[in-house]
Amino acid sequence: MTRTALSKHALAALDRRGFLKSAGVLIVGFSGFSISTSEARAQFGGSAIPGSPPNAQLDSWIAIAADGAVTAYSGKEELGQGIATAQQQLVAEELSVPFERVTLIYCDTALTPDQAYTSGSQSHPANFNHGSLALACATAREALLKIASDRLAIPVDQLTAVDGIVSAHADASKKITYAQLVGGRKLNLTLDRNAKRKHPREWTVLGKPIGRTDMPAMATGQLEYVHNVRLPGMLHGRVARPPTVGATVISVDENSVKDMAGVMKVVVRKDFVGVVARKPWQAIEAAAKLKVAWTPGTGLPGQSGFYDRLRTLPSRDALLVNSKDTAQVLAQAATVVHARYDHPYQMHGSIGSSCAVADVQGDRATLYSPTQGVWYQKTTGAMILGLKPENVHVIYRRGSGCYGLNGADTVSYDALILSQAVGQPVHVQLSRKDEMAWENYGNAWTFDERAGLDANGNIVAWEHEAWTPSLGNRPGATTPGNVVTGMLIGFPPAPFAPGPALEPRAYNNGSNGIPSYVAGRVGGVESGTGTVKSEKVLVHNVASPFFTGPLRSPARLPNTFAHESFIDELAARVKADPVEYRLRHLRHKRVIGVLNAAAKAANWETRPSPAPGNPRTGVVTGRGVACVAYEGDNGYTGIVAEVAVNQDTGRVTVKRLWVAIDAGPISNPDGLRNQAEGGALQGMSRALGEEVTWDDLKVTSVDWSTYHSLPLGFEIPKIECVLVNQPDENATGAGETSITVVAAAIGNAIFDATGIRLRQIPFTTERVKGELQARTPRA
Amino acid sequence: MSAITLKVNGRSHTLDLDPATPLLYALSDDLELRGPKFGCGLGQCGACVAIVDGTAVRSCVTPVSTVAGKEITTLEGLGTPEKPHPIQKAFIDEQAAQCGFCLNGVILTAKAFLDKNPKATEAQIQQALSGVLCRCFAHTRMHAAIRRVANGVSK
Repeated sequence: MTRTALSKHALAALDRRGFLKSAGVLIVGFSGFSISTSEARAQFGGSAIPGSPPNAQLDSWIAIAADGAVTAYSGKEELGQGIATAQQQLVAEELSVPFERVTLIYCDTALTPDQAYTSGSQSHPANFNHGSLALACATAREALLKIASDRLAIPVDQLTAVDGIVSAHADASKKITYAQLVGGRKLNLTLDRNAKRKHPREWTVLGKPIGRTDMPAMATGQLEYVHNVRLPGMLHGRVARPPTVGATVISVDENSVKDMAGVMKVVVRKDFVGVVARKPWQAIEAAAKLKVAWTPGTGLPGQSGFYDRLRTLPSRDALLVNSKDTAQVLAQAATVVHARYDHPYQMHGSIGSSCAVADVQGDRATLYSPTQGVWYQKTTGAMILGLKPENVHVIYRRGSGCYGLNGADTVSYDALILSQAVGQPVHVQLSRKDEMAWENYGNAWTFDERAGLDANGNIVAWEHEAWTPSLGNRPGATTPGNVVTGMLIGFPPAPFAPGPALEPRAYNNGSNGIPSYVAGRVGGVESGTGTVKSEKVLVHNVASPFFTGPLRSPARLPNTFAHESFIDELAARVKADPVEYRLRHLRHKRVIGVLNAAAKAANWETRPSPAPGNPRTGVVTGRGVACVAYEGDNGYTGIVAEVAVNQDTGRVTVKRLWVAIDAGPISNPDGLRNQAEGGALQGMSRALGEEVTWDDLKVTSVDWSTYHSLPLGFEIPKIECVLVNQPDENATGAGETSITVVAAAIGNAIFDATGIRLRQIPFTTERVKGELQARTPRA
Repeated sequence: MSAITLKVNGRSHTLDLDPATPLLYALSDDLELRGPKFGCGLGQCGACVAIVDGTAVRSCVTPVSTVAGKEITTLEGLGTPEKPHPIQKAFIDEQAAQCGFCLNGVILTAKAFLDKNPKATEAQIQQALSGVLCRCFAHTRMHAAIRRVANGVSK
């Protein structure tokens, strides 16, 4: 699966591209063209772009100016995950120029290649393997070496490029700089599929723990987030969302705020209501005081019994694998084990509520957005405004960490609507409640796991059945109604249509729907990471009352919680060591590698769970393990958790975590470690406390007292990371690996410590205490 | 609206504001400072923290009228990228952030606490940060950075 190719938007832009005159730059793109140095300077410098977007260099990746300055263009943006620094390392490495000489520009619909979303752990696969940005750099380096060879009259294989200077192996005085090579010439290159990339073993810039280039600005309050964008004449907007799910506008009393200081306009579009004022506090006060009569709403199914009800709803089904013999093998198995697991809706809960700034003037719009997909904001923003997509210019600006589809897209629509209504730039930041009550939550799940064991305790059949509710999603190119603002102004979310499952025709890991321990046989080929040949995975998609969308490790985390808890239950059933039992059913060397690496780091004691001899009162400790091949082949991680459980209070404290990660050749070890640590703790917070709650009308988890995120003040586990470098493999994703396994590892450790099995997230103190009290007396 | 004088990062500014306006908006909008940030507007997360006369306050719930004339320090008042304050340098050295949106509250809360409690224990530091959130969960590194300062490594 490739997500790296230029999309249709960028390809269409090629037709519009103006060919500029002059010389003195080397550009690598999908086709050659020239550009003036002064134009390049203006644009490379990231200066503000007026109304009409320049259409010159949409398809270019790399430009080397006549003075040797390198500008790289990427469609993968810095969200806080460190990818900008890693991409700068990549460009410096592949081009053989100093790190500091590289300027990286990303995600501006007028300037950068369209690489779809920055999401799904795809930035490394897209830009660090044999394609896109990496290949553009390799193309440029080879071209420069060839020109140098002609100029110096020395064969290419006797030349070396270092720090932007090409010199002869035999005589270092024979040299020429990139600046001299580009000089007064036009060098228009096309991406060369045969350009040779540097092998990771040759790296001098990539592979090093270079500090994030944005860190000093972040730590000193200098970084410009989208919240800090200020435009001349900019006003401030605030939205008034419906008070309950499904409520629609009956009437809006504009007079209720007309005398308030600074209020410019009340904006109503169907069920969208907002206020624009001169200053942010004025907008906030006006939105709070604006009298809006709403219908009562459509009502919500009670939270109690919600998971049971999911299993009864009309569903759109999908089969991921089906060996068609599981019923028969289960019937003949020595032992059949069944377990059910439940996972709640959870939030992105960005620390800063979402914000965007729009400037809509007549038939043109400029949007500063923290979206993960500027090109999709361009087309859907145009739909919302009734403008041509080519007249909408979307510029990415950092938001608060998003972890997926938070409020970034919906607030961008809010800003566009309000700006269009007043014809001036408008800055909109959501209230905490509006962010939390209406974001696209990570989907809830309920699972049935069923396995058959033979007389030796080995797994002979595995069935996994899942039910998950969804509504909306990322808007894509055509569906603004997939997020709340689009729906409020009348665009429908993508329709839900029930339907039966078809037999699987091509292997699809299905967001880790397929357990690691089955063979994954589809079309006669086994593509899974395990050995169990009798296998069936069936997923039921049902309608959700709340908007849903990707939340860091979407579906992969809940699925893996179920699989990795269940394999632990099977190991315990047959009194096998949890690591040994996993290894018995795995055949993929990289999953095996990270599992062993984590166990070794943790000094894993080989024995079955629960731990022998733990008392039934007071504080006890235990250890648990989990592992996964993220999406089957996009990053590998193993984890061991050590927990303490206070059996008198139900309080769980995670004491230590050992995380092993294999993401291919490591671009930046400290960046990878930061992602592994943060992912592990974020997953821990989600496992221990996070859950969206609601009553019969509305969401009730709308702030940090009702949605429980672990603060800086909790007792932080000591985390040890084992980075498994794989210089001969392709780069994979990494940012969603550790978070995927931590909940299961904690649950397994709680079982090891106490003998209670937690099958529902979050593992709140009350839930743990309840399970402890229900524990059967020891035989 | 009325004229209110705020002393921010050593400079006085006279602003025409509704006295009930939270300090945050004076800082982030009128003065266009990038350090203090709106996170929740409820005093629950810490993103908006400013130091007022030596104490970390939640500027999103602090009316400007209550801080007129007091010494207000924001994150940019501590140091610059070229010359960071020791606690900012510790965060840079530890690479203690991901998105960085919470850093304002984390650094200023820790600084105000350590200024008053230079010999604080690990448990006391944890307690001081119990009302601050980081949703990227860069907690391990943040505590390491604060420990550096507490132990004098970064001074």
